[in-house]
Amino acid sequence: MFSFIVSRILQALPVMFVVSLISFAMFAYVGDPVAIMLGQDFTEAQREALVRDLGLDQPFFVQFATFLGNAVQGEFGLSYRLSRPVAELIAERAPATLELALTAAFIALMIGVPMGVYTGLYRNSWLSRFFLTFSLVGVSLPTFLIGILLILTFSVWLGWLPSFGRGDVTRLGWWSSGFFTWSGIKALILPAITLGLFQLTLIMRLVRSEMMEVLRTDYIKFARARGLSNRAINFGHALKNTLVPVITIAGLQLGGIIAFAIVTETVFQWPGMGLLFIQSVGAADIPVMAAYLMLIALVFVTINLIVDLLYYAVDPRLRVGRGKGH
Amino acid sequence: MSLLQVKNLRVEFPTRRGTLVALDDVSFDIAPGEVLGVVGESGAGKSMTGAAIIGLLEPPGRIAKGEILLEGRRIDNLPYEQMRRIRGREIGAIFQDPLTTLNPLYTIGRQLVETMTTHLPITPAEAREKAIGWLELVGIPAARERIDSYPHEFSGGMRQRVVIALALCAEPKLIVADEPTTALDVSIQAQVIAMLKTLAREKGTAMMLVTHDMGVIAETADRVAVMYAGRIAEIGPVREVVRQARHPYSQGLMGSIPPLDRRVERLQQIDGAMPRLTAIPKGCAYNPRCPKVFSRCAVERPELMDAGTTRAACWLYAEGQS
Repeated sequence: MFSFIVSRILQALPVMFVVSLISFAMFAYVGDPVAIMLGQDFTEAQREALVRDLGLDQPFFVQFATFLGNAVQGEFGLSYRLSRPVAELIAERAPATLELALTAAFIALMIGVPMGVYTGLYRNSWLSRFFLTFSLVGVSLPTFLIGILLILTFSVWLGWLPSFGRGDVTRLGWWSSGFFTWSGIKALILPAITLGLFQLTLIMRLVRSEMMEVLRTDYIKFARARGLSNRAINFGHALKNTLVPVITIAGLQLGGIIAFAIVTETVFQWPGMGLLFIQSVGAADIPVMAAYLMLIALVFVTINLIVDLLYYAVDPRLRVGRGKGH
Repeated sequence: MSLLQVKNLRVEFPTRRGTLVALDDVSFDIAPGEVLGVVGESGAGKSMTGAAIIGLLEPPGRIAKGEILLEGRRIDNLPYEQMRRIRGREIGAIFQDPLTTLNPLYTIGRQLVETMTTHLPITPAEAREKAIGWLELVGIPAARERIDSYPHEFSGGMRQRVVIALALCAEPKLIVADEPTTALDVSIQAQVIAMLKTLAREKGTAMMLVTHDMGVIAETADRVAVMYAGRIAEIGPVREVVRQARHPYSQGLMGSIPPLDRRVERLQQIDGAMPRLTAIPKGCAYNPRCPKVFSRCAVERPELMDAGTTRAACWLYAEGQS
């Protein structure tokens, strides 16, 4: 088990190395930071001083090594746009995105899995047909449109929920949380639904097809022949056997939710990393973009590791080295 | 009184091109503690009969006619929940392939315990002790250590022993065993069958043993039913049917088994193949392949009638009957 984790982390290192190379390459090829920082009027001496300050006169490998060394320590330099340390900016925004993404994932799982089980069990009931039709809407409507429709309905017409922002937040150390105030929770509802709807429908459809597959297996028939209750069969034996693919997809989707909350955050002016990223792209704020890219890569690598560990927890056949022979 | 009575059972599959009759007019009894062997070619309806008895016909298959009675009580028309309480508790089932009948994600102990706690008034701890006892009974070595193993940690033969323990653990009165040894190595088959036979005898459990292995039937069954194209062709004491089959189809079936005690030049074979359910011939379903066919066979369908010590659905034995 321990050696498995270590080997997985070792495998992740080359991935992170390549991503950092790409992040670093942005400095060289996306816009000219010197021109951006100096603005319109500058002297040649000012320019050279800045180039030296930023280390841009050094050879490529030296620059990359410095970048990598700093990155490992969580140091990504100053934002061109806001002139503040990037790490600080991201740390400030990360809680908003993470809370939004986790809430969206929670909603998607808590509603998507039971709906998938239901539609897998009762394929022809009218409720299943309704769920499937509804899921087509979730899959095919673009996120921004869903967000805008929700705002129109619940903020503009009904006036129940706020249309933008995060509401009041509570500070817990460096973490700012919207979970502890009523306005924070109200502000979270619409963006979380917007972000989670696609995942919800995806998980529902996945669980449904896996359930239909598993319900045809011999061990489910045998469980019925043993007279087990429907509840034990459907939610125990059958659901557990659908979990491996569901964990894979849900894990990748969680990474996706965190990384690509950009659209939702823009629609709801949610003060998270996605909004920070899109504003940084507008201003060619490369240190922020580079740091964001690496952070997202790290998130994906971590989630993949967790997914692999969950496989182990769910499926005993994958626990090698424990076999007791025949 | 018979433990199980099947009366004029008819199973249909409604399809777009019309209704398929998978079983027609199947009738037999099983006495308490008796082993009834059911033989026949693939698709003859052996497994279907078993599935109908445990109430687990694959949809859209349904019982269109007839009755199934367990200790005199009709069970073919029970609501799902009532039938569920009978499955496992009154009628156990053993399936063909032990590699796929156990849930791969649960330990064998958990599967045994949940079966017992579903049907018997015992605590999980008591059930666990009993589970170890059952594993010992079916011949799993070091049962106490192995109870928390997963199915994939056992060989095929061992897994079928676990399946048998699962079928027996709530002490049902009847076991429907659908080809319990077909998927096993030949060397293991005999052991497993012997163990199953001994356990059924000790517990007084009756058994419906579906197989196409005549050796297993001769070894284990008290009576045997030969099925052909969804009907029973012949039913009688196993000794009579094996040695002196009356129905020409059973004769063909028995003749195709190589005898061990003498050399034969050529094994008998039955020409042709069993008709598909969509094209069952008029009259006796076997008439196009039957060496003793005569005019009546192609016109009228024979019911089971007395044929010496067995009962056969064949017009050859029509003398003295109505």
